[in-house]
Amino acid sequence: MSAQPAKALAETAAEFGLKAEEYALIVRRLNREPNLVELGVFSVMWSEHCSYKSSKRQLGKFPTKGAAVICGPGENAGVIDIGDGQACVFKMESHNHPSFIEPYQGAATGVGGIMRDVFTMGARPVALLNALRFGDPGHPKTRRLVAGVVAGIGGYGNCVGVPTVAGETNFHRGYDGNILVNAMCVGLADADKIFYSAAPAPGLPVVYFGSKTGRDGIHGATMASAEFDEASDEKRPTVQVGDPFAEKLLIEATLELMASGAVAAIQDMGAAGLTSSSVEMAGKGGLGIELDLDAVPQREDGLTAYEMMLSESQERMLAILKPGREADGRRIFEKWGLDAAVIGKTTESGHLVLRHRGEVVADVPLAPLFEDAPLYDRPWVAPAPQPRLAPADVPEPGDYAQAVLTLVSAPDMASKRWIWEQYDRHVMADTLEDSATGADAGIVRVHGTRKALAVTSDVTPRYVQADPYEGGKQAVAEAWRNLTAIGATPIAITDNLNFGNPERPEIMGQIVRAIDGMAEACRALSFPVVSGNVSLYNETNGAAIPPTPTVGGVGLLEDYARRADFAGMHGGQHLVLIGETRGELGCSMYLREVAGREDGAPPPVDLAAEKRNGDFVRAAIQSGQVSVVHDLSDGGLIAAAAEMALASGCGAQLNADDELPAHAWLFGEDQGRYLVATAAGDALLAAAEAQGVPARIVGAAGGDELAAPGVFSLSLARLRQAHEDWLPRYMGG
Amino acid sequence: MRAKVHVFLKEGVLDVQGKAVEQALHGLGWADVGHVRVGKTIEFELAAGDKAKAEAQVQAMCEKLLANTVIESYRVEVG
Amino acid sequence: MKAAVVVFPGSNCDRDCRTAIERSTGAEVAMVWHKETTLPEGVDLIVLPGGFSYGDYLRCGAMAALSPVMAEVKAAAGRGVAIVGICNGFQILCEAGLLPGALIRNEGLKYVCKPVALEVTNAQTRFTAGYAGRRQVTMTVGNGEGNYYADEATLERLEGEGQVVFRYVQNPNGSARRIAGVVNDRGNVLGLMPHPDRAFEPELGSADGAILFQSALASA
Repeated sequence: MSAQPAKALAETAAEFGLKAEEYALIVRRLNREPNLVELGVFSVMWSEHCSYKSSKRQLGKFPTKGAAVICGPGENAGVIDIGDGQACVFKMESHNHPSFIEPYQGAATGVGGIMRDVFTMGARPVALLNALRFGDPGHPKTRRLVAGVVAGIGGYGNCVGVPTVAGETNFHRGYDGNILVNAMCVGLADADKIFYSAAPAPGLPVVYFGSKTGRDGIHGATMASAEFDEASDEKRPTVQVGDPFAEKLLIEATLELMASGAVAAIQDMGAAGLTSSSVEMAGKGGLGIELDLDAVPQREDGLTAYEMMLSESQERMLAILKPGREADGRRIFEKWGLDAAVIGKTTESGHLVLRHRGEVVADVPLAPLFEDAPLYDRPWVAPAPQPRLAPADVPEPGDYAQAVLTLVSAPDMASKRWIWEQYDRHVMADTLEDSATGADAGIVRVHGTRKALAVTSDVTPRYVQADPYEGGKQAVAEAWRNLTAIGATPIAITDNLNFGNPERPEIMGQIVRAIDGMAEACRALSFPVVSGNVSLYNETNGAAIPPTPTVGGVGLLEDYARRADFAGMHGGQHLVLIGETRGELGCSMYLREVAGREDGAPPPVDLAAEKRNGDFVRAAIQSGQVSVVHDLSDGGLIAAAAEMALASGCGAQLNADDELPAHAWLFGEDQGRYLVATAAGDALLAAAEAQGVPARIVGAAGGDELAAPGVFSLSLARLRQAHEDWLPRYMGG
Repeated sequence: MRAKVHVFLKEGVLDVQGKAVEQALHGLGWADVGHVRVGKTIEFELAAGDKAKAEAQVQAMCEKLLANTVIESYRVEVG
Repeated sequence: MKAAVVVFPGSNCDRDCRTAIERSTGAEVAMVWHKETTLPEGVDLIVLPGGFSYGDYLRCGAMAALSPVMAEVKAAAGRGVAIVGICNGFQILCEAGLLPGALIRNEGLKYVCKPVALEVTNAQTRFTAGYAGRRQVTMTVGNGEGNYYADEATLERLEGEGQVVFRYVQNPNGSARRIAGVVNDRGNVLGLMPHPDRAFEPELGSADGAILFQSALASA
C-alpha cells in the first residue's frame, strides 16, 4: 500500500467532506492511517447521503410497520402488499445538486437512479412522478433550469418506457440557488419474489453487469452532501451522464436474470457506485467481500482503484449469483448486449478487500464503514411560532375577478401542460388518470386486473417554513387526501426530506419538528413510511431552501371503475363541501399572490377530522354514490371549483357564506376538505350528518361561467386563458 | 486511417434545430448570422490499405447506415 | 389468426401491442426477438412496436432497420402479409425502405404526448376498413421525431394513390400535409405515429385503436 504523509491525508479527508474527528475515528478503527482508496471509501460511506448521520435519529420516529408493509426503510425501496400475491415497490429520491449544475443530465440520471432502486427489488417500474421546485421565475437561471430538468426527465423516462403520470412544480425565490428535483418510481412485483441486497453466504460469485465504468461523477455522494458556493460551477465534471437505452436493457436483463432463479442478492450501483453496493451487500449479510478491480469493465484507460471505487457511472448493477449459475448470467447479458464480469466473491472475513494490478489496494473492516458511521444528535432550536391570522387581518381584494385570475395564473397554480406534454404518460397502456385528465392522483392499472394503483406527491413548503410541525402534518395529510379523493385506500408513503444545513440549529429545528409532524400524521392516518431519502445542505451562501419534506403516497383501488375524478362535473349538480371552513388565510396562496404577503401560521391540520372526512368521502366513492370529487388545497374553495370547471368544461356558481367575508370563504385554505359535485346533494348531506361529517351545499354546477353571485363572475374562456397561458408564455420568453 | 463523416439535413428539409439556434444567436446580438444548420460528425478509425479504398468503404457505410439519404446529405473525409 | 410483435432492444410498446391485439381480436400473439431469422409459421399480421430502438441513437429506427429479422419482415411484405409499424415502428419501416418518406424532429423541438383527433383519410385499406363511416377517430401520440417528411413529388403520389391513411385534425408536430399514417403502394404495410396500442379500451380514453387491429386481422 502506498504510504502518504498523514498530514496530507488528513487534509484530503477534509476536502472529501470528512470532519477532523471523523478522520480520527477512521484511524482508530483501522489502527493505522488509511490510504487514499480507503479514505475515499470511508468518505462516501460516511457522507450524509449514504449514512444519514444527521437525520437517522430523527427518521426513527416514523412509523414503518403496518398490515400491508412487506419491507420498510433500509432496502433500495419500500414494499407493500396489494393483495392477490402482488406487491408494490416504490421510493422517491432527490437529485437536487446535480440538476442545478447540469439540469438535463442531473434530472435524467435522477430518474434512472430511482428506477434502478425499484427494479433492483424485482419489480417492473410502472409509474414515475416528479416533484420539482425552482427559483423565482424572474431569476436569470430559472427558465433554463426548467427547460433542462423537464427535458431530462422526459428524455430518460420516455425512452425507458415508464409513464410519468403525476407530479408538482413550484416556484419560489427560496430555491434560486438550490432547485429540488425529487423523482419517484413505483413498480409491481410478485410478493414472494422480492429481491434483497444482503449477501446470503460466503464463496459466491459477485457479478458486475450493465454499462462500463468511467470517471463519471467521482464524489457525487459527497457533493450531494455539501453546500454550494460561487465555485460550484467548477464541480461540473462530477455530473454523471445518463443512458436511458442502457437502462432499458438493464431492466429487461435484470428481471430476466431474476426470473431465471440465478440471483441470490442484488444491488444497484447508485451514489458512491461500487463502494456502497459492495459494502452494503457484504455488510448486510454479515460477510466480507473481495473484489478484483482489474476485472471491472472499464470505459477509459488507466482508471485507478480510487476512481473505480468512487465512479458514479450510471446503469450498473452488482449481483451475487447462486452457486453454478454464471452461465445463466452470461446468456442473458449477451442477449441484452450488456457488459458483465465476475469481479469478486463473498468471503467470511468481514473485510472489504480490493486488489488491483497485483496489489491489495484496500483492506478495511466493513463494520465501521457500514454500521459504525458517525451519528449526530445535532443541536436544534424550536422554530418561532407565527401568529394565526383572522380574516380581518387580511385585506379583501379590490377586484375579486382579478384576484381569481391572479390566483389561477400564479406560477404555482397555472397549468403545467407545457411540462407534462413532454412526458410519455400512456406507455404501458394502463394509465387511467394522469396530469392531463383532471384527477387528484395518477392512476395506473395493475396489469390484467381490476385493481389500480393511485400515486401522488405532495408538500406545501410555505406551510412547513412557517410551522414545520403543522406543515409536516399537512404534507402527509394532503397525500392521504389526494388518494382518498379519487377513491383509493391510502397504504403507505415514501418521503424525500429536503432541507438546508443541519449543522445550523434553526435548520435542525425544522428537520426535527417537520418529522414530528409527519410521524404524527402517519400514525393518525395509518399511513406508514416504507422508504425515503434525505437531502441536506441545500444552501447557497448560507441561504437555505424552504424546508421541503416531499411525501410520495401510494394507494390502492380494488376496482378502478369505482373511482372519482374532477373532470365529470355537469349542469344540474349540486356542489357539496365536505369539511369545516373557518377561513384560514395565513400562509395561503391568496395571501402571497394577491396580498403580496407571506406571513402568519399555516392552517392547522385536525387529524381526527381529516380521517373522518376522508373515510366518508372514500366510502361514498367506493359505493358509487359520488364520482366527481376534488380535494381543497392551494387556493382553497375557489381554486378547487375553478379546476373542476376547467377540467369538466362546465361552469359553477358558489354561494356566499353567512358569516365569513368572501375572501376568507373563497380563498381560505382550511384542511380536510373536499368539493363534491353530485345530483343527489341532499342524500349526501344526510349521509354525512349521520356520520358527524360537516357537509353543506355551497353552489351549483352549470353554465359557462365561474361565479360567486354578487362577488365576481368570469367566463370559463377567460379563466382557461389565464390558467393555460402563463407557463408557455414564460418559457417562450 | 481516420475517417470523418459529416451528416446534415438536405437543403430543403426544414432544420428545426438550425432554425432555433439561429434565432437564439440573433437574440444574443449576432444579427448577421444566417442559414444555420445543425448536423453531426461521426469519427472512427479504419484499417484500410489506401485512401481510395477507405473512401469507398465509408461511402458504403453512409448509404447503408450513417445517413438517411431521404432527408440527409453527407460528406466524407479520410486521412 | 396469428400475429407477431417484433421486439428490438429499446422497444417499449411491445407488451402494449400484444395486449392490444389480444384484447381487441383474441388472436394469438408471438413475440419475436430482433435477432430471429424466421417468423412464426402462417403469421397474418406483423407489428413493429413503438419505443426507442437502440436508444434512437444515430437516427430513429436506423439501426433496428438493419436487424436480422428485418430481412424476414421485408420478405413477408413481399408476400402481402399485413405489417403495421407504430411510432418507432413507423420510423423503422421508413428507414428500411418499406414505406416512403422519413420522420424528422418535431417542429416544436420537443417531445409531445397528447390525445389527437385523426381524420380517416382512406377507409378502404385493409387496416382501416372497420372505420367505414367514421370521419374522425381519437388516439394519442407520444413522439419527439414524428414530423413526417417526403419530397413534394412523393407527397403528390401518396395523395393521388390514396396512400395517406390518417391525417391529424390539428398538426402536433409539423408533419407534411398533416400526415399521421401512410400505406405502401400495395396497401399491406402501414406506418402511423399515433398509438392504436394505447387506445383499445374505453378506460384508456379511446377504443378506436382496436378497430385497426381487428381490420388488419380480418383482412388476412
